[in-house]
Amino acid sequence: MKYINEFRDQRIAKKLTGRLAAEAGRLGSPARTVTLMEVCGTHTMSIYRHGIKALVPDTVRLVSGPGCPVCVTPVGYVDTAIELCRMEGAITANFGDMIRVPGTKSSLLNERGRGRDIRVVYSPLDAVTMAKENPKSQMIFLGVGFETTTPLIASAILTAAREGVENFSVLAAHKVMPEPMEALMSGELKIDGYICPAHVSAIIGEKGYIRLVEKYHIPCVITGFEPLDILRGITMLVTQIADGRAQVENEYCRVVKPEGNVKAREILYEVFEKSDAVWRGVGLIKDSGLAIREKYGKYDAARRFGVSAPESKENPACLCGEILKGLK
Amino acid sequence: MCVAVPMKVVEVTEFGCVAEIGGMRKEASIMLLNDVRVGDYVMIHAGFAIEKINPEAAEETIRLMREILDSEENADEVY
Repeated sequence: MKYINEFRDQRIAKKLTGRLAAEAGRLGSPARTVTLMEVCGTHTMSIYRHGIKALVPDTVRLVSGPGCPVCVTPVGYVDTAIELCRMEGAITANFGDMIRVPGTKSSLLNERGRGRDIRVVYSPLDAVTMAKENPKSQMIFLGVGFETTTPLIASAILTAAREGVENFSVLAAHKVMPEPMEALMSGELKIDGYICPAHVSAIIGEKGYIRLVEKYHIPCVITGFEPLDILRGITMLVTQIADGRAQVENEYCRVVKPEGNVKAREILYEVFEKSDAVWRGVGLIKDSGLAIREKYGKYDAARRFGVSAPESKENPACLCGEILKGLK
Repeated sequence: MCVAVPMKVVEVTEFGCVAEIGGMRKEASIMLLNDVRVGDYVMIHAGFAIEKINPEAAEETIRLMREILDSEENADEVY
């Protein structure tokens, strides 16, 4: 498959591993250990799936960050979604990733077992179509995700508005990326470089990380999700650290443009505006969320049904916060 | 999850496009992009094309990676 197989070539991986080891050798003598955070959950998945941890030198430590949209969604959101799905005539749609996440007392999967109409869709536009097909029901879409996904949700809301679909709304818990990366800079963990997310960056562009680099002097490399991309991205970070540089570099230039996807951002910010947001196990981070603007208030399920997420009380045994901050 | 798949546009329709990978075809919205044409490769995320693949940049990256295959660098000691 074009643009996939080329980035999974084992022979090249072997050579890149050698180059990475050579660059890591420049970190000093005795070599200091550097901590690189892959912010995005898809990078974490790819690193495990392709055994990347076995290929990097001992002096390069990879830690996971707060970039899995489901993991960072507080339990109070799940409780609100469950409250809404229990309403008479409600259909709840989601991407399938929220369905097993436990709320305080139940999960969407449990609720489905009890006969609630909870559907998994591929595209948010499918939920708009389902709303049209079920005019007597209220279709509530669970909007969870970062800048990659939020323009799609905004497009679905604009489509519903254009086509006069009155029974479609979104329970939004969208979040943005660079802000938590800044918040982590004053945390307990010393991070030496960021492996920046691939497709969030497709939307926000290289320029999305400039403030982070200037303010905290931390190397940032936008990296694709294929194994060779990740090996290249890690090597570029180690090189920057060895050189004493801190810049935004773009390994994934075949997809990510310096300015990002301007049109997607216009659609996103037509419907949404920045807001403060609570991250599971981390707490409130200023300007790190996206809320539906007043203008599109009737598509906001929280406003329409008068619900608000209760203050989240995470289970005391929950380690999400430590994991999301790279401490475990 | 922000997973997206590189797919080739085989048809541009009134509502979006039809894109293909490994013989599988799928409709996708092109609301987020300008000027999508048949033959373009796009990244598809949850039914939307979120960005086009720049073929020159992709070829340059692949060329740089293949170049090190012919280089003298020897990675055997790390295995």
